[in-house]
Amino acid sequence: MAAGPVALSRGLPGRAAAWAVIAFLVLPLAAVLTAAGGSGRIAAADWAAIRFTVVQASLSALFSTALAIPVARALSRRRFPGRGIYIALMGAPFILPVIVAVLGLIAVLGRGGWVNGLLGQMGIPPVSVYGLHGVVLGNVFFNLPLATRLILQGWGRIPAERFRLAAQLDARPRDVFRLLEAPMLARVVPGVLAVIFAICLSSFAIALTLGGGPKATSVELAIFQSFTFEFDLGRAAMLAIVQFLLVAAAGLAALRLTPRAISGAGFDRPVARWDTGGAGMRLADAGWMLVAALFLLGPMAAIVSRGIGGLARMPVAVWQAAATSVVIALLATGLTLLLTLALASARRNWVEVAGLAPLAASPLVLGTGLFVLINPWDRPGDWAFVVTLVVNAVMALPYALRVVGPAVSEAEASYGRLADSLGLTGLARLRWLILPRCRGTIGFAGGIAAALSMGDLGVIALFADPERATLPLMVWRLMGAYQMEAAAGAALLLLSLSFALFALFDFGGRWRAET
Amino acid sequence: MLRLEGLTLVQGDFRLRADWTVPAGTRVALIGPSGAGKSTLLNGIAGFLAPQSGRVTWDGRDIGGLAPGRRPIAMLFQDGNLFPHLSVARNVGLGIRPDLRLSAQQKAQVAEAIRRVGLEGMDARRPAELSGGQQSRAALARVLVQRRPLLLLDEPFAALGPALRAEMLSLVDGLCRETGATLLMVSHAPEDARRIADSVVLVDEGIAEAPVATAEAFDDPSDRMRRYLG
Repeated sequence: MAAGPVALSRGLPGRAAAWAVIAFLVLPLAAVLTAAGGSGRIAAADWAAIRFTVVQASLSALFSTALAIPVARALSRRRFPGRGIYIALMGAPFILPVIVAVLGLIAVLGRGGWVNGLLGQMGIPPVSVYGLHGVVLGNVFFNLPLATRLILQGWGRIPAERFRLAAQLDARPRDVFRLLEAPMLARVVPGVLAVIFAICLSSFAIALTLGGGPKATSVELAIFQSFTFEFDLGRAAMLAIVQFLLVAAAGLAALRLTPRAISGAGFDRPVARWDTGGAGMRLADAGWMLVAALFLLGPMAAIVSRGIGGLARMPVAVWQAAATSVVIALLATGLTLLLTLALASARRNWVEVAGLAPLAASPLVLGTGLFVLINPWDRPGDWAFVVTLVVNAVMALPYALRVVGPAVSEAEASYGRLADSLGLTGLARLRWLILPRCRGTIGFAGGIAAALSMGDLGVIALFADPERATLPLMVWRLMGAYQMEAAAGAALLLLSLSFALFALFDFGGRWRAET
Repeated sequence: MLRLEGLTLVQGDFRLRADWTVPAGTRVALIGPSGAGKSTLLNGIAGFLAPQSGRVTWDGRDIGGLAPGRRPIAMLFQDGNLFPHLSVARNVGLGIRPDLRLSAQQKAQVAEAIRRVGLEGMDARRPAELSGGQQSRAALARVLVQRRPLLLLDEPFAALGPALRAEMLSLVDGLCRETGATLLMVSHAPEDARRIADSVVLVDEGIAEAPVATAEAFDDPSDRMRRYLG
């Protein structure tokens, strides 16, 4: 036996959870492969979907990153009141339901939206928010903040001494960029591009609402359509395999290109800077930050202002769907946290990797596989909520694990030996060591899981029959029926519930924390 | 009786050998230069480091296969001996039952131990609300209720001033005399060893030597001991 603690029968729940997650990801894929049975051939329409998926993901990554660089640069060298709030705002889109953002974007940029209203007054023909540029716009809305945070981390990792040295050498802003900032960007930007590219490959809800048609259908959307419109399982299965290969390849590339520490911690060390230039540069920085803020806040403001009027016009079914969504979100969060704690406590590398694996999975592929698995036995529609719950729980797992894992490791590193010497194992260890020391992060992770589940519009669209709906699905159906007022009301309700669930868990984790 | 049979501990390229016995009830000080492996030896005995070869037995029973918490051992580390999120009473209570489901009698036992170390009335406090000396006392209260026959101290009082450290050591001394516990303590100060230990183990150059009676060890030191004491 190697040097290390004496063998302890710890980590059994973790290993069991890891195998369960792997089985849950692999079995549907195997079912899809079997169902395809060679019947699927890649048709011209499928090639178009693949091409569109790659093109929109590339453009989204490019624009998100290109916009994020000046914003991050401005944030890194300016100190102003509300800077902390601004950076926190950059985290908000992560828990914002996609369908809400889409409705907000339509309200701002759509046919009857604010921007077209302005353009109309100036006599300029209206712009459309649908199609390739609409999908890219939606993706940039979600990924500009992510790119900004990642690049800001890069700035934070340039040692403060270097800026001092540059100031001592009387380096102008241009020199500082060339000497310090450009090399950092060269290291960080490829990873950021790769991560966003990989994320945007799985674009479903945005493509569903802003794309569509032969020219703007992503692979995920094509899976959905071959399912619901043609009920061509062979084609759906073949597309599911294509999607899996795309995401897996991009995910691996992103993993290799990404600098470590992609999670939120430690990206905001204030560094004294002397290369802040004159008034012109200050104005430019303020301009970039203002543009980003308007871009992010505009759609949310639009949802609030339109939604308030729509609240009264919502059919009763919206409230039922809201209740369903809350229950699903709470149960999914419970499941995510159970899996997270089991995986994090196992303290084995492969177990952690299993917990991150859902990042490479596509919900629509999972959904297709589960449909194929359930179909011979029972009506899949009856399983819509259960499947949604479990898929949501598993899809949130990587994020929860990234948040809770380091906290568990830290608790173990600091107090694991003491706990061992006192014989704290199993539930006693969880109760008296892990939970009290990690409850802040567990609450935060729970908030993320709850908000993600609350806003999810993916698998549910595959499974649900007309009598069943979650709140995001309801919003989409109202949009499809051109009840835009009611849709905005339901979107406002969804937005409020998502943020409320997040705040509830996050606050609960920190309330009277015993540290 | 604690017995180390041909024990070899390995950590990276560091190796430490020990092959000796300590009679029950003896108080032993481990001395030697820093980095010589005193803590490594305690970790090996406590079960935090699996030996490469050899055995650790207590009263003739091999304890090598037992998890640290299952060994007849109570141990205090250099730091982190209390959970900062738990009250003194709970920290002490963990020494009786790790799940803290204590009977009324066990709770009384906890209260008594807290009183014995001079922390009466501080049961509900968190470690952060205690001074360094009080934290050490709380940890000792837990050792008291653990009632393990072998006590390992890895310099838990190193951060205290000389007077407080002497106070803690006499508390430990009284505890050992009362319960008949066997004590192995790491020490940097020969005067600490003189104050409390019956015998001394020199840990140096990859070997933990067999214990030597304290007076003999210091008054008639071996060559190796002479080199260490300087």
